[in-house]
Amino acid sequence: MLAYKKEFLQNLYRTMVRIRLFEEKVGECFLGGELPGFVHLYIGEEAIATGLLSELNQDDYVASTHRGHGHCIAKGAKIKPMMAEIFGKSTGYCKGKGGSMHIADFSVGMLGANGVVGGGINLAVGAALAAKMKKSGQVAVTFFGDGGANRGTVHEGMNMAAIWKLPVIFVCEFNQYASTTPSSYGTSVPNLAVRAQGYNMPGVTVDGNDVFAVNEAAKKALEYVRAGNGPYMLEFKTYRIKGHYVGDPELYRSKQEVQDHFDKNDPLKNFAKVVLAKKWLSQKDMDAIYAEVAAEVKTAVDDARKDPYPTDSELFNDYYVEGGVN
Amino acid sequence: MREISFSEATLEAMSEEMERDSSVFVLGEDIARQGGIFGQFKGLPQKFGTERVLDTPISETSIVGAAVGAALAGMRPVADMHFADFIGVCMDEVFNQMAKVRFMFGGQCKVPMVLRAPDGIIRSAAAQHSQSVEAWFMHIPGVKVVIPSNPADAKGLLKAAIRSDDPVLYFEHKVLFPMKGPVPDGDHIVPIGKANVSRAGKDVTIVSYSLMMHRALEAAEKLATEGVQAEVIDLRTISPIDKETIFESVRKTKRLVIVHEAVKQGGVGAEISALVAEEMIDWLDAPIRRIGAPFVPVPFSPPLEQLVKISADNIVKTVKEICR
Ligand SMILES: Cc1ncc(C[n+]2csc(CCOP(=O)(O)OP(=O)(O)O)c2C)c(N)n1
Ligand SMILES: [Mg+2]
Repeated sequence: MLAYKKEFLQNLYRTMVRIRLFEEKVGECFLGGELPGFVHLYIGEEAIATGLLSELNQDDYVASTHRGHGHCIAKGAKIKPMMAEIFGKSTGYCKGKGGSMHIADFSVGMLGANGVVGGGINLAVGAALAAKMKKSGQVAVTFFGDGGANRGTVHEGMNMAAIWKLPVIFVCEFNQYASTTPSSYGTSVPNLAVRAQGYNMPGVTVDGNDVFAVNEAAKKALEYVRAGNGPYMLEFKTYRIKGHYVGDPELYRSKQEVQDHFDKNDPLKNFAKVVLAKKWLSQKDMDAIYAEVAAEVKTAVDDARKDPYPTDSELFNDYYVEGGVN
Repeated sequence: MREISFSEATLEAMSEEMERDSSVFVLGEDIARQGGIFGQFKGLPQKFGTERVLDTPISETSIVGAAVGAALAGMRPVADMHFADFIGVCMDEVFNQMAKVRFMFGGQCKVPMVLRAPDGIIRSAAAQHSQSVEAWFMHIPGVKVVIPSNPADAKGLLKAAIRSDDPVLYFEHKVLFPMKGPVPDGDHIVPIGKANVSRAGKDVTIVSYSLMMHRALEAAEKLATEGVQAEVIDLRTISPIDKETIFESVRKTKRLVIVHEAVKQGGVGAEISALVAEEMIDWLDAPIRRIGAPFVPVPFSPPLEQLVKISADNIVKTVKEICR
């Protein structure tokens, strides 16, 4: 195992805890009847967004999924306007027009969560095409699940990115389920990374619950992609600890199965085990970060509750750039 | 008459038709394991096995494409679209394949399939999970489009759709699924292409369908207390459209309002207005009025979402404007 700078480790932990506590709070608020819409939580998958997106520059692009809060946070979005958006308030990133499923912060290259499974894949391919045309050196990362992997758009995007050698990383978050459907039923191969072969790009399967493994894999992929070699596929094995959406009765799996995964393979616990054993961080270091993030999340929620809803006149704002609506 | 929910009514239709005809089967995402997001497929796999109740991967193009192919090969598939918004994913399979093959191939084949699509606004599901897209499909020659408003029609139209030798799009509003209503026992069939006069009246004709029928009937109730007798027509099928039922009513009332949740621009109301204007403008005593959503995607935030929803009061107000 390589040594890491302390600040980097603290940042990894901060991001993972930020995602965890943010999501726990969102879940709580939803169950309390405070949130409109539907929310899909990223709990249990924090290591992927954190280990990977920590290697990106601010102007690199990310196209996300319906499970997008973690991607947003790890790309550098602020949790206050995120929380406000999920509450449907005018202070949210999308001024309340998008909500959880359409959360986005374009100022940090985050091209949006997506309500349509697979919807973001080719947005990333296109962003990578633009980067290549502009010779900007930017890369694009697109996320999809073990379920989303089966949409045609993924295959079209991979092939096109490969023939044009576009700087895009296809990231599969293999969390074992697509809604109620286990990956063992819905997906033709146990390791989706093998599909990369068919598109002539590297594809590796990595433990997505180990933020260090994710980070190492990310660095390799980025080096390859930034050098102009074309696209790369990363498959991260993980587990969706929470229901598909908050409120999911989860009739398709046992509570024991979930508990086992959480006990044995929680990315936060995994991180703590490593850094404590190697004495890279102390429990005190981590506790301080945890407390700081908890306070930050509390403020975000308190503010989101108080913030105003959009006014009626907002309906037709930020619509056609040139106006002209009847 | 016994009362059951809209989703139970569709379930009865599925069950009865699967029992009656072994070529009927159903495929879609999360329908066997979960029983459908709205419980509309609950119990079917236990009854008919997972060979006839197929959970699919997230692959809408394959779901609809395979349904078309299976129909060409003699089966009667019912494909579920999860949310109507996702029809966008498999639009080619719907409008270039499903709708056209019989005609293009000179009648050598037929496509007896149903595409079920839950639509409409429900609790801030936002722009990609709230749409009412039925009007797109009335612009496509080769498909039939039905859109029930109550449990009895839900059952009768689904049975008719499954038995139809033509491809049928079956839109079902998400808010309607838990709604209860009387459903006749036995082999209840509602013919495709036949509207229903849900309330008789002489002063104005309100044409609607799906969830908005409930707003229209509510509005008619309110109008009655103010001395306006509205006739309310439930279209039930939007392609082919039942012109005669509409015309007959308008000949009597001489006033027409069309109501739908979908955006007003280019909507079903535009087609009906045009039909009436073309063929019976001399009968009208007032301008035709259309009520539909403003031309904007469905926003997330509840107060904004409220602005694109149609209320009974909207309808009352519009009717009063033309009944003065
Ligand atoms: C095109 C499309 N089909 C279906 C859905 C409904 N849906 C939303 S999320 C989901 C499961 C996604 O599974 P996966 O890709 O594995 O991602 P995960 O939820 O596990 O993160 C489904 C079926 C959708 N939003 N879009
Ligand atoms: Mg998954």
